[in-house]
Amino acid sequence: MSITLNHISKSYKNVQALNDISFNVKAGELFGLIGPDGAGKTTLFRILTTLLTADSGSATVSNFDVVKDYKKIRNSVGYMPGKFSLYQDLTVEENLNFFATIFGTTIKENYDLIKDIYVQIEPFKNRRAGKLSGGMKQKLALCCALIHKPEVLFLDEPTTGVDPVSRKEFWDMLKRLQQTGITILVSTPYMDEAALCDRIAFIQNGSILEIDSPQEIVKHFSKTLYNIRAHNMYQLMESLSHYKHTFSAYPFGEYVHYSDNRMDMNPNELHMYLVSKGLNEIIIEVTQPTIEDTFMALAK
Amino acid sequence: MKIIIFIIQKEFKQIFRNKGMLPIIFIMPLIQLIILSNAATFDIKNIKFSYIDNDHSSYSRNLIRKFEASKYFHVITSFPNEHLSNSAMLNGDVDIVLEIPQHFERNLTKDKHTNLSVTINAIDGAAAGVENVYINQIIQNFNRHIKLKLMQPNDAQITNLNIISIPSFWYNKTLNYKTFMVPGILVLLVTMITLFLSGMNIVREKEIGTLEQINVTPIKKSQFIIGKLFPFWIIGIGILSIGLIIAKVLFKVPIIGNFGLLYLYTSIYIFVILGIGLFISNFTDTQQQAMFISWFFMVIFILMSGLFTPIESMPKWAQIITEFNPIKYFVQVMRMVMLKGSGIVDILPQLLKTILYAFIMNGLAVWSYKKTS
Repeated sequence: MSITLNHISKSYKNVQALNDISFNVKAGELFGLIGPDGAGKTTLFRILTTLLTADSGSATVSNFDVVKDYKKIRNSVGYMPGKFSLYQDLTVEENLNFFATIFGTTIKENYDLIKDIYVQIEPFKNRRAGKLSGGMKQKLALCCALIHKPEVLFLDEPTTGVDPVSRKEFWDMLKRLQQTGITILVSTPYMDEAALCDRIAFIQNGSILEIDSPQEIVKHFSKTLYNIRAHNMYQLMESLSHYKHTFSAYPFGEYVHYSDNRMDMNPNELHMYLVSKGLNEIIIEVTQPTIEDTFMALAK
Repeated sequence: MKIIIFIIQKEFKQIFRNKGMLPIIFIMPLIQLIILSNAATFDIKNIKFSYIDNDHSSYSRNLIRKFEASKYFHVITSFPNEHLSNSAMLNGDVDIVLEIPQHFERNLTKDKHTNLSVTINAIDGAAAGVENVYINQIIQNFNRHIKLKLMQPNDAQITNLNIISIPSFWYNKTLNYKTFMVPGILVLLVTMITLFLSGMNIVREKEIGTLEQINVTPIKKSQFIIGKLFPFWIIGIGILSIGLIIAKVLFKVPIIGNFGLLYLYTSIYIFVILGIGLFISNFTDTQQQAMFISWFFMVIFILMSGLFTPIESMPKWAQIITEFNPIKYFVQVMRMVMLKGSGIVDILPQLLKTILYAFIMNGLAVWSYKKTS
C-alpha cells in the first residue's frame, strides 16, 4: 500500500474538516479525490504531506507514519499545492534548480522523469515564473514536484483555473507519469477528470461518500435517469421542482437530469404534467448516469 | 552547507530583482543620513525677536543692538506697548518680547540695579529653554560691559567677586551637532533596514505560499533560517560601511576608535535585530502586519534610545525600559568608539548585554518558528 488512512479526523475551531476518513491507495495507482470546494480535500493533502497533524487516526505514506517519520516522507513525496507557490521573481530554470538543490539532487540526474513536461516550457526557461501563463505555471510546478523522483505525488486541484486544452495535456502527462510507477493522489472538482482515474473517492463535508473505479461507481446510481428538455428551460426546472414525484432534477448541459422517487414511473404521466404546465417541445428519454449524477445522488 | 549557500544566492537574486526594494535598501539610507544629519540640530537660529523700549536711552539702544548683532536673533520689530506685543505673540509673529522698563538707564547708573522682562513663546518647550540661555548670555555680556563703565575707583572694594566658568567640551570641542548626530542616525539606518527587511522577508514567503512548498521539502529549519537571514546581515554591514565613509568624507566626523571594534559590535547587534525581525514574522501572516509591528517597535526604540532626548532626563520607569532597548546600546557604543576612541574594555557592558540579547531573541524566534509551522 502506498497511502493508508485510518479513521483520520480533523477539525478547526468549529468546523469539522475531516470526519473519520479511511481508505488505501495502492502503489502505482492514479487515485482521484472528487468533491466540491470546502469538502476537506486540501486538509487531507496537508495531513498526508505532514504540514498538518490530524486530531485522531493514523496515516502512512510509502509505509512511513505521517507523524513519526515525517522527515522521511518529505524526502519521498512531491506536493503541488492548489495555489501556485513557486518563486515568481525567479526564472523557470532557477526555480527548478532551487528545488533540485534543496532535495539534494540536480536537474540532470532526474531529467528523464521531467523531460516530457520540461521540453514544453524549456523555450521559456529564462522567463520569470510570475510571467508564465496558467498552464505553463502548472507544468513548472509539476516539474518542481517531480525533480527529486518522488514515490508518491500529491496534486491538489492541479487543473483549477487552467484552460481545457492544457487540462487535457496535463492529464495525459499524469497518465504517462503513472507508467513510471509513481503513485498519484489528485484532487479535482471536475467530474470529467474523475473518469480518467483508476479509482475515485467522493468526498463531501469531510466524509467519504463512496470509493470505487469510475466504471463501477456509476452503478451506485440505483434509479432510472431521464434526459428532459423543453422550449423553456427555466419554466421546466420550476415545474419539475414542484412535481410531487421528483427525486432530483438539475440542469445538465442542454437537458435536465431527472430521477423519480417511485420505482415504476411512467414517462407519459410526467409528459402530461409538463404539458399541463404550459411547456411544449418536450423530450423525455432514458439516459446512462454519469459520475456527476452519481455524486449528486450520493451527496443528496 | 551547500543548501545554505544556495538559499543565500537565491535571496540575493530576489533582492536585486526587486526593483522597488533596491533603492529602499541602498539609496534611501544615504539620503536620510545626509538630510537628517544636516537637519537634526539643536541649534536654534532665526529666533523672532521683538522688544518694547520704554526708556529710549542710549543704554537700552545698546542692549538691543547686542541682540541685532547676534546671528541667533532676528529682530523683527518693536512694539509701543504690551498689549500689541501680546497679540503678536498670539499670532505667532514673534517668539520673544523683551520689555525694557522706564528709567532703565537712570536706575542702572544710580542704583546699579534694574529689571528686564522677557516673554518667551514656550509652545516648543525645548526651544524655549535654549532661547532663554541665549538671552541670558547676551544680557550677562551687556552687564559686564556696563559694570566696567560705571565702576568708580571707590567701588572696587565693594564689587562682588565674579566667578566665570569657561566650559571645555571634550570629545566634541566645538559642540558640533553633526559629530553628535551622525553616529546616532547611522545606528537608526542600520537598524531600520535590517529589521524591516528581515521582518517582511519570511512573511513574504508565507504570503505567496512558497513557505508551504518549502515545508514539505527535507530542508532543515536552521538551514532555511540562516539562508534567509544571512543576506540581511551582509546588507546591514554594508550600510554601516557606506555610512562610515559618508560620516568621514562628507561630515568630517572624527573617527578616533578602532574600526574592527565597531564592526565586531555591529555584527553582533545585527543578530539581535534579525532575531526580532524573525520573531515578528512568525506571528504575522502578511507583510503589512509585519511592517506595522516593526514600526511600532522601531518608534519606541528610537524615542527611547537617548538619541534625541537624554536617557538621564527620563522618568525612572522609562529608564528601566530603555535597558531593553538594543538601539540604546548601539548608539552608546557608536559614540564612545567613534568620538572617544573607547576600547573593548570600555564597551564591555554594552557588548555583553547585546550578546545576551542576541541569544534570547534568536532563541525565542527559532522556538516560535517551529511551533507555528
